[in-house]
Amino acid sequence: MSKIKPSKGAPYARILGVGGYRPTRVVPNEVILERIDSSDEWIRSRSGIETRHWASPEETVAAMSVEASGKAIADAGIAAEQIGAVVVSTVSHFSQTPAVATEIADKLGTQKAAAFDISAGCAGFGYGLTLAKGMVVEGSAEYVLVIGVERLSDLTDLEDRATAFLFGDGAGAVVVGPSQEPAIGPTVWGSEGDKSETIKQTVPWDKFFPHSRLRPSGGTPAGDVSDLPLDSQGNVKFPAITQEGQAVFRWAVFEMAKVAQQALDAAGISPEDLDVFIPHQANVRIIDSMVKTLKLPEHVTVARDIRTTGNTSAASIPLAMERLLATGEAKSGDTALVIGFGAGLVYAATVVTLP
Amino acid sequence: MAATQEEIVAGLAEIVNEIAGIPVEDVQLDKSFTDDLDVDSLSMVEVVVAAEERFDVKIPDDDVKNLKTVGDATEYILKHQG
Repeated sequence: MSKIKPSKGAPYARILGVGGYRPTRVVPNEVILERIDSSDEWIRSRSGIETRHWASPEETVAAMSVEASGKAIADAGIAAEQIGAVVVSTVSHFSQTPAVATEIADKLGTQKAAAFDISAGCAGFGYGLTLAKGMVVEGSAEYVLVIGVERLSDLTDLEDRATAFLFGDGAGAVVVGPSQEPAIGPTVWGSEGDKSETIKQTVPWDKFFPHSRLRPSGGTPAGDVSDLPLDSQGNVKFPAITQEGQAVFRWAVFEMAKVAQQALDAAGISPEDLDVFIPHQANVRIIDSMVKTLKLPEHVTVARDIRTTGNTSAASIPLAMERLLATGEAKSGDTALVIGFGAGLVYAATVVTLP
Repeated sequence: MAATQEEIVAGLAEIVNEIAGIPVEDVQLDKSFTDDLDVDSLSMVEVVVAAEERFDVKIPDDDVKNLKTVGDATEYILKHQG
């Protein structure tokens, strides 16, 4: 039997740099209230959200990613040519193929870096980080760019008072590279597909586009939109993200607190050792309740970027990380617990050293 | 040992006090969580989870929406407690 030479990676991996991009347009609750019967006070008390950013037509998933990645690469102190792989987590890039990661890798000036998209909803950043760590340690890439990017304004039902205020747009990126010390802990991750109905897209694409009847599998007869939801003007609603609020809240607060604790235990970090907590920015009430359930000490800095960013799914953790470091609320070398959770349901938590 | 109606109301009062800051004496059988006790839909989930632990009972998400008043919750717990 021939002997295959093994790959050679770094002893450990770490996050070397972070960057974010927030769309130029800031949308206050007043704009949301033009379409729903609610109030600024209600939105703030249920979600903590005061403003969010909505992308313009020019602020595409790729364009926002390139901006955020450029900052992350500069922050890491490397050149784009050194990036060996680009992993993009998104649910709001509307071309099924090719992966948007390839366009981003090209626009950044990487040297034919491996590039692919993943779909893990609001846990996407943790999933991407876990893949990146594996690549660096295994040796298939020296530096990996992990991007979480969303244009959730495209998937928001502006007439649904339970979700119209919730979502925002943006991109966050980190560069993961070699380290002599452990700086990304074991990932505690998983899926609960039995709860897939809890957060989902209202209507699948092939049902929304009824002229798809020429597909080999048949499909909906042209024009038959009788069972699709309509907006107040009588038009078929564009697919949007919908969720069962109470069920999501219970799962996020109480089940995810257990996962967060497992990630701390796996990394050998006690709550007293922790400097920063960066949960997915789903809802400030979820964040506050998680902090309470986890009994995090007072000294732990908690990310509450959701107030001015909204819920940006896969982008929320790197965006919040970037903001905490930019404002000085967290500093390089701090120990941070990150946890993402969302549609699937899926989750991923780990402890990292901040770049 | 199963809790009595009185014990359940007292327990719920402590939970509601802890979560919503409402005085325990205001938590009465006829009071609506949302309208009288400042417990919104998300705080209600916290109340339910705390009640589950305290009274060894499972309250599925689908049943939570039927628990409008302290009396509803008390009756549910009386019937389902382990």
